Amino acid sequence: MLEARGISVRFGGHMALSDVSIDAPAGQVTGLIGPNGAGKTTLFNAITGLLTPSAGTVHIDGRDVTRLKLHRRARHGLARTFQQLELFTMLTVRENIRVAADIHHRWSPEPGDPGVLTEEIIDRVGLAAVAGERVTALPTGQGRLVELGRALACRPRILLLDEPASGQDETETERFGRLLVEVASSGTAVLLVEHDMSLVMEVCSNVHVLDLGQILAVGPPAEVQRNPVVLDAYLGTDTGGAP
Amino acid sequence: MEKFLIFTVVGLTLSATYAVIASGLVLTYATTGIFNFSQGAIGMVAAFAYWQLRFDWGWPTPIALVVSLGLLAPAIGLAIDRGIMRGLRGTSEATRLVVSISLMVALIALANLVWEPGRSRPMSTFFEGSRVDLGITTITYHQAITIVVAVLIAAGLRFLLHNTRIGVSMRANVDDDALVLLNGAQPKRIAGISWAVGGFLAGVGGILIAPTLSLEAGSLSLLIINAYAAAIFGRLRSLPLTFVGAIVIGLTEGYLAGYLPGDNQYFAAFRPAATVVILFVALLLVPNPRLRSRAHLREYFPPPSRSGMVMLAVVVVVAGVVLATTLDTVSLITYGPVFSLGIVALSLVPLVGFAGQISLAQLSFAGIGALAVAHHGHDGSPLGLVLAVVLAAAVGTVVALPVMRLTGIYLALATAAFAVALDRWLFNLPDFSVGPVHVRLFGLGSVSVDPLRILGHEFDSPAALLMLSAVVFAAVSLLVAALRWSRFGRQLVAMRDSEAACATFGLNLMWPRVGVFALSAGIAGLGGALYAMQLGSVAPARFDLLNGLPIFILVVVGGAGLVGSALFAGGILYGVLPLTATLGPVIAKINSLFPGFTGVGLGRNPSGAVPVFSAAAGPLRNDPVVLASMGVAMAVCYVLRLAEVFGNWAFVVLLGVALVAAMVVARRRSSSGAQGPGQGAGAGPDPEDLEWVGVTEPFTPAHLARMEQVLDLQSVDLEGAELDPVGGRDA
Repeated sequence: MLEARGISVRFGGHMALSDVSIDAPAGQVTGLIGPNGAGKTTLFNAITGLLTPSAGTVHIDGRDVTRLKLHRRARHGLARTFQQLELFTMLTVRENIRVAADIHHRWSPEPGDPGVLTEEIIDRVGLAAVAGERVTALPTGQGRLVELGRALACRPRILLLDEPASGQDETETERFGRLLVEVASSGTAVLLVEHDMSLVMEVCSNVHVLDLGQILAVGPPAEVQRNPVVLDAYLGTDTGGAP
Repeated sequence: MEKFLIFTVVGLTLSATYAVIASGLVLTYATTGIFNFSQGAIGMVAAFAYWQLRFDWGWPTPIALVVSLGLLAPAIGLAIDRGIMRGLRGTSEATRLVVSISLMVALIALANLVWEPGRSRPMSTFFEGSRVDLGITTITYHQAITIVVAVLIAAGLRFLLHNTRIGVSMRANVDDDALVLLNGAQPKRIAGISWAVGGFLAGVGGILIAPTLSLEAGSLSLLIINAYAAAIFGRLRSLPLTFVGAIVIGLTEGYLAGYLPGDNQYFAAFRPAATVVILFVALLLVPNPRLRSRAHLREYFPPPSRSGMVMLAVVVVVAGVVLATTLDTVSLITYGPVFSLGIVALSLVPLVGFAGQISLAQLSFAGIGALAVAHHGHDGSPLGLVLAVVLAAAVGTVVALPVMRLTGIYLALATAAFAVALDRWLFNLPDFSVGPVHVRLFGLGSVSVDPLRILGHEFDSPAALLMLSAVVFAAVSLLVAALRWSRFGRQLVAMRDSEAACATFGLNLMWPRVGVFALSAGIAGLGGALYAMQLGSVAPARFDLLNGLPIFILVVVGGAGLVGSALFAGGILYGVLPLTATLGPVIAKINSLFPGFTGVGLGRNPSGAVPVFSAAAGPLRNDPVVLASMGVAMAVCYVLRLAEVFGNWAFVVLLGVALVAAMVVARRRSSSGAQGPGQGAGAGPDPEDLEWVGVTEPFTPAHLARMEQVLDLQSVDLEGAELDPVGGRDA
């Protein structure tokens, strides 16, 4: 389980996050939504250790990892994807996932062959047809699947996904939603940042709404969808439309 | 007290000059993100031009100053921006750095071409002989002018950057020129102005400092390293801190000149290296940079194929045999470094090409290898060669541990500082002991090196050593290729693209960085040891920073991530250039421009020259009939050459003709075989044309990706540009 408490991040004179707390329980998909610039990616960066918050703590399964470096937090089971693709552009789809599997295999006590794991993940995320392609030959939607595959190759206990469905078409998004539920049902805590509200409503057990660096509301998707503060600040009055 | 004041004034004058040059450096870096290694060289050209106009042609001082400072120096800056730097968008930091270093090398070569080196060019100071009495001491007019000019420039830059619209735009430009454009400013114009002002400041510094030194292109250009140190104090961003850094460095130099005992060999050797030691320490204090992420580089280096690597190894060994059996002793010594220094070039492939790190100290590690084999390879003991690798790798590790958290330009500067510290100071020290360890260096001169002896066979002739180098080059090439195919190699390539992503998998980035640096240093040490054996006796000057830069440039020009780039670098630098130089002094002079100018053109093809040659030779590689015919023709030429039917020039020409003819024939056979009915030119729409996709071929995800690439959809994403620390342009 992931627990982030009182996270504040300041960029010069701008308070990007102010006293943000969020939980992501194991076995569930937790949503994090908010308009552009709300601070969602900044929160991910603070949780994973890519930036140092000015205040707050991060706990993984009850252990305080706030002072740990990025790679040390990863070794506590934290994996993520990126809003802007961070693919290894000189490598193929298979090699991208294999790099993550190899690195994980080196420090993890879990047994297993990274090569076998790589092939399993390629099948699981639906990239078998393009496994030998260089990642630059893929459209953004499939690139996001490669990032998901790499994260899964680390056998995460907590998975942070930053707009993983952007660039995917409707069919791909549906398939992706089923995959997320399947990943969560194996005991992984999934924290999902996503603008596709239908996906969020479908897969998330709980949703946090972030706006201007502050948590506006927390609750089940249906409840959040009806929350007037959220409607006003984020969704607007037309609940049928995308943000 | 008077001595103290005198050297304070000397130090402040130096400080003023460094501050002027460094402020130009900071200005161009802060507005365009490009670190201009050629800043000192621009100042050098301006100083030479001023000397030409004022002292050689006798023009009045004001006119000479207007032409050299007001016109020439800014024009060079503008030309660099327009002609070179604008093409570097989307290239790696190594590429940008190589272009900048190449420019320095090119300007030095150009200056040496115009102003023949070795000739005395006296240049008097402003108001020579006149002094200003300050009461407590007197200073020369030139010193006073230098200090006043620096103060005026500081005030002028402050006003420009904070009180003018163009200045504010310049400060914003480096953060995101797309955003600057959206806000109504003109990033290209801003960059042009920055480069022009940077060029002007370099010129001012060059003209102010040249009279106190000898007018020599290389040393004047490298003096910039002192200005680099000042700029590092300002983290390449802050002009006030840069001025503070310049004062610290200038005063340090002044006081060392006044107070360091000149009769002590250890101290005397330290003085010229003091600044680089300060630079190195200053770099160690640089805060941890952000992890590299979202590189989206234009360069692409595919992994080597197994068949390609076998072919390369065979070609290298055969070339070694041919050279060893056809060249006379003098030519063997001339062309010997093709493979030995080619190995030094090879050491850059895993470091720069795979891992995206930068080292300008590879020839220094080669020097350590040379020392190891000189002192431990007596009577040809292979232990010398082993220790050359081990010691160079060990020193590489020691250097890497503190600096490996640095990346990009900071790492380049740290390794450059290490290289200069070695060749200006450590290599020139007498032997010394540290506890029980006795360190033997070059003995204040040169050291002799015994040729290798393995199982009773001594490689005691230039021919045998060249063969040995070729075989070792082939073996190390295979090793480097195997590294690229390995888990570690994939990891290095991944780190090159996104260190941030690798760290999120649980990778401690420190160890792969140190590991590849040590491996690279070890390979360079091996190359240096073989080079030393070929020379028989080596001095430190063989391994200085300036000699190492062309190797670095040519490897990147060849395609830093490709094993073939090392052969390209070795072949061009120590094969083609010396060979064509024998055609006449004019060609020899033009050759001196080659490394610099080829590096400058790198922005047009950042993936390097080797893929171009490889593509041209593609049909030949795939045509066994033509390939075998060419092999037979070349073998016949070789036999005829051994029978002394003709000389080496005819042999080289015949080999060239055989190669070109084979390539032409293979290409024709390939194109005639590939063109089936209806597929010839003009038979239908180009299948590569995206407009015809869906008609000529089914629409696939690959086409969608290409469309996204063509429309540049990812890089247009401005969302979170200010807030996302991963999303910075330099991230």
